[in-house]
Amino acid sequence: MEQLIQQVASGLANGAIYACLALALVMIFVSTDHINFAQGELAMFSAYLVWQALEWGLSFWLALPLVALFSFLIGVGIERVILRPLHHAPVLSVVVVFIGLLAIFHSLAGAIWGHTIKAIPSPFPHITFVGSGYIGPHQIGMIVVTVLLLVALFAFFRFTPLGLAMRAAAQNPASARLAGVRVDWMLALGWGLAAAIGAVAGSLVAPAVYLEPNMMASILLYGFAGALVGGISSPGGAVAGGFIVGVLENVIAYLGNLLEKTTGVYVIGNGEKLTVALIIVITVLTLKPSGLFGQVSVKRV
Amino acid sequence: MHHTTRRLLLAGTGALALALAVSPVCAQKNYDEGATDTEIKIGHTNPYSGNASAYGTIGKVIDAYFKMVNEQGGINGRKLNFISYDDGYSPPKTVEMVRKLVEEDKVLFVFQTLGTPPNTAIQKYLNTKKVPQLFVATGASKWGHYKENPWTMGYQPDYVTEAIIYAKHIMANVKDPKIGVLMQNDDYGKDYFNGFKQGLGKDADKLIVSHVTYEVTDPTVDSQMIQLKNSGANVFFNITTPKFAAQAIKKAAEIGWKPAQYLNNVSASVGTVIKPAGFENSQGIITAAYLKDPTDPQWANAKDFLEWKAFMQKYYPNGNLADGSNVFGYSVATLMTTVLKQCGDDLTRANVMKQAANLKNVDLPLLLPGIKVNTSATDFYPLQSVQLQKFEGETWKLFGEVLSNEAASN
Amino acid sequence: MATTTANGIAASQRSPSLGRGYWLAGTVIVLALLPLLGGKTGIISNYGFLQLSLMIVYAIAVLGLILLTGFNGQISLGHGAFFAVGAYVAAVLIDQANWPYWATLPVAALLCFLVGYLFGLPALRLEGHYLALATFALAVAVPQILKYRHFEWFTNGVQGINIFKPDPPFGLPLSADQWMYLVVLAVAVLMFWIAHNLLDSRTGRALRAIRDHTMAASTMGINVAHYKTVVFGISALYTGVAGALHAIIFEFVAPDSFRFELSIAILVGAVVGGIASLPGAVIGGVFVQVIEKYADALTKKLTAAVNLPLDLEPWTIYGIALILLMYTMPMGIAGGLALLWRRLRGS
Repeated sequence: MEQLIQQVASGLANGAIYACLALALVMIFVSTDHINFAQGELAMFSAYLVWQALEWGLSFWLALPLVALFSFLIGVGIERVILRPLHHAPVLSVVVVFIGLLAIFHSLAGAIWGHTIKAIPSPFPHITFVGSGYIGPHQIGMIVVTVLLLVALFAFFRFTPLGLAMRAAAQNPASARLAGVRVDWMLALGWGLAAAIGAVAGSLVAPAVYLEPNMMASILLYGFAGALVGGISSPGGAVAGGFIVGVLENVIAYLGNLLEKTTGVYVIGNGEKLTVALIIVITVLTLKPSGLFGQVSVKRV
Repeated sequence: MHHTTRRLLLAGTGALALALAVSPVCAQKNYDEGATDTEIKIGHTNPYSGNASAYGTIGKVIDAYFKMVNEQGGINGRKLNFISYDDGYSPPKTVEMVRKLVEEDKVLFVFQTLGTPPNTAIQKYLNTKKVPQLFVATGASKWGHYKENPWTMGYQPDYVTEAIIYAKHIMANVKDPKIGVLMQNDDYGKDYFNGFKQGLGKDADKLIVSHVTYEVTDPTVDSQMIQLKNSGANVFFNITTPKFAAQAIKKAAEIGWKPAQYLNNVSASVGTVIKPAGFENSQGIITAAYLKDPTDPQWANAKDFLEWKAFMQKYYPNGNLADGSNVFGYSVATLMTTVLKQCGDDLTRANVMKQAANLKNVDLPLLLPGIKVNTSATDFYPLQSVQLQKFEGETWKLFGEVLSNEAASN
Repeated sequence: MATTTANGIAASQRSPSLGRGYWLAGTVIVLALLPLLGGKTGIISNYGFLQLSLMIVYAIAVLGLILLTGFNGQISLGHGAFFAVGAYVAAVLIDQANWPYWATLPVAALLCFLVGYLFGLPALRLEGHYLALATFALAVAVPQILKYRHFEWFTNGVQGINIFKPDPPFGLPLSADQWMYLVVLAVAVLMFWIAHNLLDSRTGRALRAIRDHTMAASTMGINVAHYKTVVFGISALYTGVAGALHAIIFEFVAPDSFRFELSIAILVGAVVGGIASLPGAVIGGVFVQVIEKYADALTKKLTAAVNLPLDLEPWTIYGIALILLMYTMPMGIAGGLALLWRRLRGS
């Protein structure tokens, strides 16, 4: 029983990472209707920038906002410079451009900082408290930050005029233009926000998993799974999906081990985590094609 | 008439004999494709990209070393032409690149190709073509089987030998051992694990109370570490590559699990594993070593260390001075030049193989004291000795004697 | 008037004229004679034939993807999975059941069709992006599935399976590489011919109708579900046969050979070649095989020529190349060439 609690707690911690990334993915999807495959590498690159800032003597909580701002600008820049000419290009051509961006950011990180792992110290205080055996301060920090991000985004979209403008631009660009919304800049804003969220995600993940160019590759996959399970049109859904995937993969591995220990039959275990994620995704999508919390899009004939 | 012919004949034979006696070397120049009077072409593949890219630095340090050799005049007057390709740790790519090296670039031999699956993929091709597959960068135990694959030779102490040494140490030093194993789910991990079980003997299955695996695509091994702690194990055999080794060690401390820890040599570098994991979390970890760790203060003034450091600063300034891989590459590159020197002017593939199998107590820079390279026609495992070391304070402290497994060749 | 869809492909496709047919036949004959012309004279080495074989193999794989994505509008980012299935089927049959290599191809085709069809069933429920990501999840899980403990008795787990390349039959004076090249070429010609006929038939028109306007297609009586699942199977079949050929060429399969990078490479090849054109598949196949080497060579030249503050890596060049290609030719190289051709003809 105790192990189950520990696995769930660890799953929530991992889930926070997936949720953060899923949030960034959904940001871009909701504002631009594209799946950004380069999201993970952008986040990783931002994490390297934080590391570099720490090397130059800044504290983590100073470096993070600075890098988030810088990443925001990079995101806006990418949308304005690289993606603008492709606004009317076929979907798959844009996907290939994302893959190109993925390749560039991944290899630039390796080229500038090398491929050996680097450590970023956890920014959260090293305090022991009740339940420390189950979950550490850094993991709790990650979960708290993820939830805070989600709340901040929700508030932004719901209660600020800019957020309203972004939502309008995403749902009905033509009408939004007529209402005076600068739709193109809303897209860029969406990208900037996603890049900033990714920067936070990457910088919080790095202390737990160690910084190296391949850091986000596998996390991106789980991020996708989380976004799919929750519904890629719903930020809250994506975050929930991330947590669900994180917890489920641990719990299923735990149950598989239990089964093996008691009956000697091996069905599923640690070697099948990605397969489990895949099965979860397919199962959820087969039953609810738009994800658990996604909206079914109604198409006009 | 007879007289003149006989005199001519005698003179001719005399001249010939004189010529042969004076220039024995000139008559022995023997080249296979890839070697000329001025150049030796060496082929190499490494994962410069993909999820094993951390090992790409080995190719870079070897390249730098050969540049240094060339600047110092080359080997027997020949420059080394080191051709290295990226295979991304993908076996089909390795096959393609090795075929390119052999058939297009026409290298004399292939050296230090990295990874068990990549080397498995090219082994048959190289042996069929009779091209040396020398000093492969993997510790799988199968690289010394000279009877089936006479053109393949390993380099580092093999994983099975190392694991057996850990097993024996546990049996001798831990009371009532209950062993938990974390294993990377691939060829390298399984090799270590099988050797470990072999070393534990017939009670292996009883002594190992928990065996958990992970994939390189897993972001963390946290869940696995929790499983291990809950199994009640008091010994932890850590078969992981550097990133995951650091994660495992840190997590063990975080969840309050304090077993006797044995770490595979692959991840024993202080700079790339122990320091990120945290010195305070790594006290007491035992590993088997054969190379000096570049961050170890006990070697800071050793002659070979200072030479290595100077080399790194001059020829590979981007290289990480705390990364054990850069010591590894330096040592094996030195071995390669030693073998080539031994070949003299007979640079046929057969002779390269022969000289590689003819190393007697060769000392390489940055090998631990007492460890030497030994090969013979029936021993294709160059390094078979290790010494155990325990992490104390901020460095590894060697203890015990150099342990050898010279009998492991077959 | 050609209408464009989300994929930006012209809704009407004309069948090639007779003249083009003759050009095609001529090219194929020249290609088939290459071992004679190039091989014997030494212009094309064995390694060269290896490269050509791989280009053709990837062309078949890309063709599979194009049938599904370009002509039917179902985005798949997971074709590496079918490639892996085909490869393993061939390897297992050769290694464990001692089958001759050519007999493994139909079995690989059949099994991959089945797998594709089965995957196509749940795929029916998934819209564009969801399908893309679900197939991507499949691609990512492939190595793990191949390493699954209960499959080890035939997959041999992480060690992989070693097989042997066939020698030319009837004692023909060809090298093994040249023979495999001819085999691959023959299979490719057959499969492209079948694909061409399929796309020109009622089935092809139904597929395109589904791609362009699913609702209208079903209103007109086309059994959308049937076509979508069948084409998924056919698409998997094509890529699976390519995988089987790949395994035979390299004489080795292992889980590490089929990571998700393979699926991405096939997709990139399809888009760069031309997502809805058969010549695009050929261009795509060549691109997949050739781009990494060019990126590598260019990187080495740049590093030698210019003293950069960082250790430039080939992937950066690859990424930049992809972006530039999509700028200049968002419809793929085939699309770009077709545009050029029309401009030249028109002016």
